[in-house]
Amino acid sequence: MTRDRPHPHVRFRDVVKEYPGRRRLLGLRAAAPDTSRRALDGITLDIPQGSILGIIGHSGAGKSTLVRLINALDTPTSGSVIVDGTDLTGLGEAQLQRVRRGIGMIFQHFNLFASRTVAGNVGYPLRVAGRPRAEVQARVAEVLEFVGLADRARAYPSQLSGGQKQRVGIARALASSPTLLLADEATSALDPETTADILGLLTRINEEFGTTIVVITHEMAVVREICDSVVVLDGGRVAEHGSAYDVFSAPATAAGQAFVATAVKGEPGPAALRRLQERHPGTLVAVRIDEDFGSPEVARILDARGVTGTVVHGDVAEVQNRPLGTLTYALSGPQQAVAEAVAALTADGRARVLAVDEAADRVAEVTV
Amino acid sequence: MDTNWELLRPVLVTSIQETLVMVTVTVLVAGIVGLVLGAALYATRPGNLLEQPVVFAVLNLVVNIVRPVPFIIFITAVGPVTLALLGTTIGTGAAVFPMALMAAVVIGRVVEQNLVGVDPGVVEAARAAGAGRLRTLFGIVIPEALGPLILGYTFMFIAIVDMSAMVGVVGGGGLGNFAIMYGYQQFDWTVTLVTVVVIIVFVQLAQLVGNTLAARVLRR
Repeated sequence: MTRDRPHPHVRFRDVVKEYPGRRRLLGLRAAAPDTSRRALDGITLDIPQGSILGIIGHSGAGKSTLVRLINALDTPTSGSVIVDGTDLTGLGEAQLQRVRRGIGMIFQHFNLFASRTVAGNVGYPLRVAGRPRAEVQARVAEVLEFVGLADRARAYPSQLSGGQKQRVGIARALASSPTLLLADEATSALDPETTADILGLLTRINEEFGTTIVVITHEMAVVREICDSVVVLDGGRVAEHGSAYDVFSAPATAAGQAFVATAVKGEPGPAALRRLQERHPGTLVAVRIDEDFGSPEVARILDARGVTGTVVHGDVAEVQNRPLGTLTYALSGPQQAVAEAVAALTADGRARVLAVDEAADRVAEVTV
Repeated sequence: MDTNWELLRPVLVTSIQETLVMVTVTVLVAGIVGLVLGAALYATRPGNLLEQPVVFAVLNLVVNIVRPVPFIIFITAVGPVTLALLGTTIGTGAAVFPMALMAAVVIGRVVEQNLVGVDPGVVEAARAAGAGRLRTLFGIVIPEALGPLILGYTFMFIAIVDMSAMVGVVGGGGLGNFAIMYGYQQFDWTVTLVTVVVIIVFVQLAQLVGNTLAARVLRR
């Protein structure tokens, strides 16, 4: 759900962030070599209202820095960060605190207050904002109900599982009804099943409340599951930015391709291809699958020519509710027919031949 | 040699009272001053909540100058200050001044060490929730470190009992003085032994209370 608002929720304009080199002991800084580091190197980026944006990159790519500029836990060296139309650069501490109250944040290691109960954690942002006790209690109950932890209000964080802790983290982030939610590697410390739960919860938040969500991750699978658009961050720069579907179907940069390859099984690699060839001596063709061209279309082409095709490798995933993937087929049948089928499949560059049948008159051999 | 307890018992009782007074006053004053000092050391450290490199360097230097001085020498070294402030360098009152000063500095360091151990992530979470710097320091950082802080204070309570034994030098009285005057100097090992037992009971009680409180806080 995208709200109709005239301006993007968050805008980055030529944002540079440099960290000074470490100060030497006793202030002997002049003697120290220049170790300053540029974490972000000219970021310009708009994050639309109500969308889920994934920011992906390797550790050190600058993604944690980027997200901390949005709620002013860190300040840019130059450039500007504009949240809800307000330029954060130059705001005083009191004003920044007010901005932060409108932004929720969840963390990889949950960062719950061990000294406070679940209810104490969730109510904290409201108490900081000076809300009356009754209102805090009502809102805490409401948010805990939403994340499915209504019965654990009086527990301490140490008594909860990892997934429950992150639910408390999410409840705390939602307490002040923020329109923007920042998730910093929110599922990286969780097992796959719990990860799916938490991602489902984030999607629900986005759909029910129209909350803009910025997801920092190093896992492309997370982007595949929930993101509308994705930014690939590499060396402090935006390497790639587009809809999740576009980046997944045609990553333009090496960094983008490497990340996509981790989440979607593409063509078989050299070793896998050798094993496939041993098992399936016939012609092997890799076919790109998307919403316009799926396995029924492949079957139609093969059937029309009396060719049998068996999927021997690959998978099809859903990105933004649209299918996407690569399937490798082993083709068998009369040589002429196989050649025609291959020609039809590769005509628009959708398929690529990985191996050719060298035995001339192989007839529809059954391979197992 | 038979110890004359008829004569010594009232002196022992007075000594216990003196020790209790000195220790209590020192724990209260140094406990509060040390907490503020420790919180300041933690917060002003470069990269922390109230980053103030100069303030941090100065506080750090003061602590490092005071702390390594052997306490018995420290008592005499701050004598002029004690005299200027309290008008005397002799007696229980005058003894509390160097005790509180030294204890505050050491407690400051103990507090700082425990606060440094708090996960920076919870500080970030509090800041992200819109909490101010001081609110984060006193509302989150200190409560998060409460268990270790209680154990640190227990440790310091015992160190202060130890200190109180040394201020006998300046007429501070107390159990230390009692053991030296009526035990050591009279070659009466029984008196020394009794004093040691009383001090051990003190220390054990303090440790028991500290451990129980810390366990209650840490269990959550």
